[in-house]
Amino acid sequence: MKTEHDLDPSPPVETVAPPLLEIEELRVGFDTEAGLLVAVDGVSLRGEAGQTLGLVGESGCGKSVTASSVLRLVPVPPGKFLGGRIRFEGKDILSMRRSELGRIRGKEISMIFQDPMTSLNPVFTVGRQLVEVLRLRFGMHRKEALERSAEMLSTVGIADARSHLGSYPHELSGGMKQRVIIAMALLCEPKLLIADEPTTALDVTIQAQILHLIKSLQRRTGAGILFITHDMGVVAEMCDEVAVMYAGRIVERGEVGEIFQRSRHPYTKGLLRSIPRKGVQRKAELPTIEGVVPSPLHLPAGCRFAERCWHRKDLSEGEQRRCFEEDPVLDGTRGVACHFPLVGGGA
Amino acid sequence: MTGNPRSNDSGPLLSVEGLKQYYPVRGGILGGKIGDVRAVDGVTFSVEQGQTLGLVGESGCGKSTLGRAVMRLEDPTAGRVLFQGEDLANASGPELFRRRRDIQIIFQDPYSSLNPRMTVGEIVREPLLVHRMGTKKEQVKKVRDLLATVGLTGEMLDRYPHEFSGGQRQRIGIARALALDPKLVIADEPVSALDVSVQSQVLNLMVKLQRERNLTYIFISHDLSVVEYISDTIAIMYLGRIVEKGPVDRIFERPAHPYTRALIRAIPEPDPSRRKDAVPLQGEAPSPVSPPPGCAFHPRCPFAIEECRSAVPSLEPLGGTDGHRGAEHLAACIRKDEI
Ligand SMILES: Nc1ncnc2c1ncn2[C@@H]1O[C@H](COP(=O)(O)OP(=O)(O)OP(=O)(O)O)[C@@H](O)[C@H]1O
Ligand code: SF4
Ligand SMILES: [Mg+2]
Repeated sequence: MKTEHDLDPSPPVETVAPPLLEIEELRVGFDTEAGLLVAVDGVSLRGEAGQTLGLVGESGCGKSVTASSVLRLVPVPPGKFLGGRIRFEGKDILSMRRSELGRIRGKEISMIFQDPMTSLNPVFTVGRQLVEVLRLRFGMHRKEALERSAEMLSTVGIADARSHLGSYPHELSGGMKQRVIIAMALLCEPKLLIADEPTTALDVTIQAQILHLIKSLQRRTGAGILFITHDMGVVAEMCDEVAVMYAGRIVERGEVGEIFQRSRHPYTKGLLRSIPRKGVQRKAELPTIEGVVPSPLHLPAGCRFAERCWHRKDLSEGEQRRCFEEDPVLDGTRGVACHFPLVGGGA
Repeated sequence: MTGNPRSNDSGPLLSVEGLKQYYPVRGGILGGKIGDVRAVDGVTFSVEQGQTLGLVGESGCGKSTLGRAVMRLEDPTAGRVLFQGEDLANASGPELFRRRRDIQIIFQDPYSSLNPRMTVGEIVREPLLVHRMGTKKEQVKKVRDLLATVGLTGEMLDRYPHEFSGGQRQRIGIARALALDPKLVIADEPVSALDVSVQSQVLNLMVKLQRERNLTYIFISHDLSVVEYISDTIAIMYLGRIVEKGPVDRIFERPAHPYTRALIRAIPEPDPSRRKDAVPLQGEAPSPVSPPPGCAFHPRCPFAIEECRSAVPSLEPLGGTDGHRGAEHLAACIRKDEI
């Protein structure tokens, strides 16, 4: 287990404002019939106001568990916090009282999920839900709140906003529901927005609209965003910083251009190479990452990517043994958790 | 490859002519028919043997319905499906049953498309049993060969689908689709549920199988990058119709329909130095129950003029100077030659 990283808390005497979001060595597990499943295993992240931090990786690598931990939305049990710390503007989320957390949730921190129905109540009209948010957050009167809600619905591209205040969620398309959630988030003017695959279920032209909206929300409010996706195109479009996750851990992080142009972790580079993109010859063999992600119930010792690592195959026997036996540590802001990182070059 | 006496070597393997697939909408007090969902509304295209036709469009545009109609899983409302020159829409009984061998489908969801109570071996063998192909011994051998072809080992024969990863399950689905040595494979979003690293494995496999077996694909997807990679020809659908069709490189270099342009522009590129700041295409696709008059795209189209509200544009070759190549490139837009 690593003890050293660049995310050490600020000095005890607070001269500078603490970072907006600070996750340190987070470990979260689930009790399952087959034993303890460690879904997130020592994740450290830092998000700043006005910046978008992307969290990418394949299905099951722990992105959503990491994100939901920030608002303590992981169901306990079967979930279990095994260690680490999460701070929001310096306040410790994991030890906070429920009531205090409630004040932060939906006000200073908003969350957009892949499935909009996670955040919408099916039995209330859209208008009622938006008004409720404004009353809770700003103590606004009903009439004024309705006015603001209608305005916001048109801002997010809902035609005929006033009449949609009376719609129930099931009367709206997936794209419209996601717009309502974004309107809700906009109305709250959160300091931190957590978006977990907000466009994965949407069509590409609707996705483009929603991404555009989230960007303008950020420009307007200066919110920090934690953006979760498995789509490298969306990462490139949205993020300032990126953290790449693999099997419960962060294997590489850095500024978005660096990650795309000079990937240093073999997994990141493999992922980027395997996407069919402009200029790839039609029907030419695509580079792949052979094999599959290890089961979180049977994680191997050493580097968790070693079994599938194409780079390892060029190494000496002794070096390869190190890959299988010793845990690589993520260090530095431009961190890479690999014993033999790539020197860097285009994907 | 099984020789077919009636096969027509010169024509396309499949042609679809004026196909319509409507579903009744019921409502009112008596629950009577109050309208139609025009899921597929007059579609014409053909595919040559050994080629891939990419069928692109957003949810609800009718691409999956079109795939099912080609399979003759439903009776078309109008139009013809010709397979090697024979009309499938009129085929019935034993003829249709025999034809079904030649056309197979791969589904999007590798999790739900495989029977959880059957072993992998049984799943892949089932089509052979249904169509009484070969002796038991031959069938067992064939199943092993198929699994090897898609990169799975024989020891997986007796295991159940839930024991496999998404990519492995998609391989099982492909092995099953290939069991009857089909000529045409309809792949409906075959890699959409897979992670990128696994997606490229399955795409490589599909390309390899096409080469080895001279397979013809209809590749249905909402993902333009994947379609660009695997297709020879692309058809773009909007609200039940094809709005643009042509050779893949032409479509990407010179998209003619405003919807195609918007679609291409909307793909987020995996390159942070090429971010999009332009305002994206606004609005959403209208309901296929009450499509707008004229060009169905006109309410969202930045180029729409008065005429677009009333005249329904038909799919026609692009004008212009590059003759033959241009003739294969069709678009259904009144202003296709000026914009
Ligand atoms: N409630 C739960 N009970 C048991 N295991 C869980 C639970 N929630 C998540 N997990 C497990 O934790 C691991 C990480 O899951 P998580 O949802 O964070 O993945 P993800 O990276 O968000 O994947 P995806 O891209 O598919 O959304 C997985 O192995 C998952 O099965
Ligand atoms: S530590 Fe070894 S196995 Fe792991 S990614 Fe680096 S080279 Fe590959
Ligand atoms: Mg998730």
